[in-house]
Amino acid sequence: MSNLSLIVLLLALMAIGYQLGMVRSRRVATINPQQRMHSRPHHYGMMVGLWAIIPAFFLLILWTMLAPNVISSMVAAQLPAEVLAQEGMTANVIMRRISNLAGNFGIVAEAEPWELAAAAYMQQLKSSSAALLTGLMAAIAATGLFFSYKKIQPQLRARHQIERTIKAVLIICSTVAILTTIGIVLSMVGETMKFFSFIPPSEFFFGTTWNPRFSTTGVGEGSLTGSQGSFGLIPLLSGTMMVAGVALIVAIPLGLMVAIYLAEYAPAGFRSTAKPIIEVLAGIPTIVYGFFALVTVGPFLADFGASIGLTIRATSALTAGVVMGIMIIPFISSLSDDIITQVPKALRDASLGLGATKSETIRKVVLPAALPGIVGAVLLAASRAIGETMIVVLAAGNSPTLTANPFEAVSTITVTIVNQLTGDNDFASPQSLVAFALGLTLFVITLLLNVVALVVVRKYREQYE
Amino acid sequence: MTEKNMNPANNSAADGVAPLSKVQQKVAVSLNRRHRHEKLFKGVGLVASLISLLLVAILFINIFSKGLPAFWQSAITLEIYFDPEIIKISDKPVQRADETDNAFRQRDIEWQSEVGMINFNRLIVEGLNKVLPDANQYRRDVQRIVTSGERFAMRQLVIDNPAIIGQTKTLNLLTDANIDVWLKGNIDRSLPDAQQQLSPKVREWVEMLSEQGIIKNRFSFALFMNADSRSSLASAGLAGAFMGSLYMMLVVLFLAVPMGVAAAIYLEEFAPKNKITDLVEVNINNLAAVPSIVFGLLGAAVFIGWFNLPISAPIVGGLVLSLMTLPTVIIATRSTLKAIPPSIRQAALGLGASKMQATFHHVLPLAIPGILTGAILGVAQALGEAAPLLLIGMKSFVAQVPSGPFEQATALPVQIFLWQGNELRNFFEARTSAAIIVLLALMLTLNGLAIWLRKKYENRW
Repeated sequence: MSNLSLIVLLLALMAIGYQLGMVRSRRVATINPQQRMHSRPHHYGMMVGLWAIIPAFFLLILWTMLAPNVISSMVAAQLPAEVLAQEGMTANVIMRRISNLAGNFGIVAEAEPWELAAAAYMQQLKSSSAALLTGLMAAIAATGLFFSYKKIQPQLRARHQIERTIKAVLIICSTVAILTTIGIVLSMVGETMKFFSFIPPSEFFFGTTWNPRFSTTGVGEGSLTGSQGSFGLIPLLSGTMMVAGVALIVAIPLGLMVAIYLAEYAPAGFRSTAKPIIEVLAGIPTIVYGFFALVTVGPFLADFGASIGLTIRATSALTAGVVMGIMIIPFISSLSDDIITQVPKALRDASLGLGATKSETIRKVVLPAALPGIVGAVLLAASRAIGETMIVVLAAGNSPTLTANPFEAVSTITVTIVNQLTGDNDFASPQSLVAFALGLTLFVITLLLNVVALVVVRKYREQYE
Repeated sequence: MTEKNMNPANNSAADGVAPLSKVQQKVAVSLNRRHRHEKLFKGVGLVASLISLLLVAILFINIFSKGLPAFWQSAITLEIYFDPEIIKISDKPVQRADETDNAFRQRDIEWQSEVGMINFNRLIVEGLNKVLPDANQYRRDVQRIVTSGERFAMRQLVIDNPAIIGQTKTLNLLTDANIDVWLKGNIDRSLPDAQQQLSPKVREWVEMLSEQGIIKNRFSFALFMNADSRSSLASAGLAGAFMGSLYMMLVVLFLAVPMGVAAAIYLEEFAPKNKITDLVEVNINNLAAVPSIVFGLLGAAVFIGWFNLPISAPIVGGLVLSLMTLPTVIIATRSTLKAIPPSIRQAALGLGASKMQATFHHVLPLAIPGILTGAILGVAQALGEAAPLLLIGMKSFVAQVPSGPFEQATALPVQIFLWQGNELRNFFEARTSAAIIVLLALMLTLNGLAIWLRKKYENRW
């Protein structure tokens, strides 16, 4: 039986348990009228239902995790010895062929008789495993249901049991976020270590050329020395910083002035229409910006450059940076707006009372007071710019050279991750693994920016609360 | 300050007022300058706001002006005679009483492939012969008018209704993508023949047919009904990508939203304030700012590398996007829960409810509008995300509409990425913009829904 139908059956069983428990608790209550039941009838019902399914559910999870491995090792043990000794076939390939045969999928080439036998054995094991699982689950569920049903007494604290279960579920859910972080760090560190076994870290972090050749023939002779290619981070890092720099040069003045105008000057009507419209910019998918940059902004900048005698490539750090700057305007403007409006009115009144004009008050009093928060906003925007992928994939030109000219094509860390992982590279080659090393670098950079930004913003909040 | 100090222009000795002291004069001059600065500063702020608004407008106008024409594409109206001489097939199989489902399906597939062997091109050419008098002399050119994907549409017509054989039907068939480009003027018509995609004869025909009204711009249902196609570019559509995105959004809705809400409830209502919960909080805030591509790496390493889940399946994409949207949902739910006044909890607790009852019976129902808003915004964010999907193989070309979350699929933003890279730029620039319009329309609908929900159920405590 498939896992899905097992789950459906479990849910049906839960409904039955609920009903049984409720009926029984009512009867218990009528038998002992002098004793008050501890919980409401539906609590007892719920308790019986949960006892019926939770142990069985855990069994199901455990079984689905373990059974495939057990089955394949049992099949592998049955394989004739001379097959395993054969050259050119690893145990993995053989097992995959057999499991494809057993699952009625096609395989390459005609199946050998021993493969068919093994597949038949595997099929048989699979069906008996499924039958065993169904039987065991039924037994466990029935036991749980029966004993919890019998346990229903006026003194039984059913509600407490349920609440403990719910709380456990809530706790498990809130650990998922932590597990995600741990998963990110572990998976990336693991793959990065594998990468560093090919390329020493110093070469990666301080190398100034990026030229990862293709890993064509896998691990052949010569692949260890000559054909490895060079994996220098510096050109990518400089490209990333250049694009992000251009973006910030565009976004900081615009975003900040927008925030100041909306917070201090704008009439209420203008503010309440302009703010959400500008925030639309933050919600537009980045692939749309990428397309916009590629099709409209790039050619426009190239033409503009040509008309004033500059050579600007249509896909360049400038194009990507300008469009990314447009994207992060609302990050800076919204956050700064919030922070500027949080500056206490007393500070403004004091300054105005001393005869300062409004703009002087803003420049000399409000902005310095809001500076930590604004710095935080800028840092968050910078981390967003560094981690942005689709705009640079389309519009930065993908040319991993070390250049200081923003009119040239560059490549960034994110672009390279995409290129290295979506090509036809073997997953275990340094050409693919380097993506994880780059990802880890990116993760660490953005993490640092975020932590600093959050600390700065939090400090600022405390100052005025 | 007196009126005079404010207006230094008026203060001449002729007014009979005592002349200003040096300090006063200095102040008057500097005040003028300061007021100019004030105006300038305010002006710069206004200009910055207007520039930002203008940028939004340019972006939308640009995309819409490019994309809207692609919702209509040129189609040719032909009388197609389903000639029994050309369509020679056995009868459509009917399930016999003594036949198993599998055997019947086998026979049905055999029959369908038999239908697939029919030369539908000949039917189309016969139809074209009726409107093009000199078609017989240019056999190769005739083949290039109707896009190749229409053969399959005609095959489907025969499979759905074999009785059509022997009848004459008026069909609107999509023309080749290059004809659409030519008629819309998206290619320079003065280019020499060698650089034109269409032969001179086809161009002449197309002009003639479109004058006669046989080739017309019709609403492109293909864009919505078909999956992607590389052999027949004119019939490439968004249906596959849309379904892929839909499955992923369902995964996000059923995974990220309940988990995020549960986590937020625990952290906000039950968790003790200590080092560990502090760590969880910092961690969630950081996770919200991790670049999306890092989640793609996580998906590639963990879901595909370790758990051996299928490559380019919506289930993996959904899992990755769920992890990505989880912090958004948690943060939104927490702020909603925070906004609910403690008096509600205290009232419930005071009447003897347990903490769990107070939360689930009283706090949570009040928080539902806010939670829904957060969930919708999270789903919208996930809908537009492309970068992590590229890393888990959703970049591959899929020519079918996926029928389940475990099948190969692509997603709307990835489809945009794939289309913008197509060699036939003249055709696909508009098609890509149309896909972007569809994506933006979906996202704006979701966001509008969120805003409406917030407005409708907004509670001021």
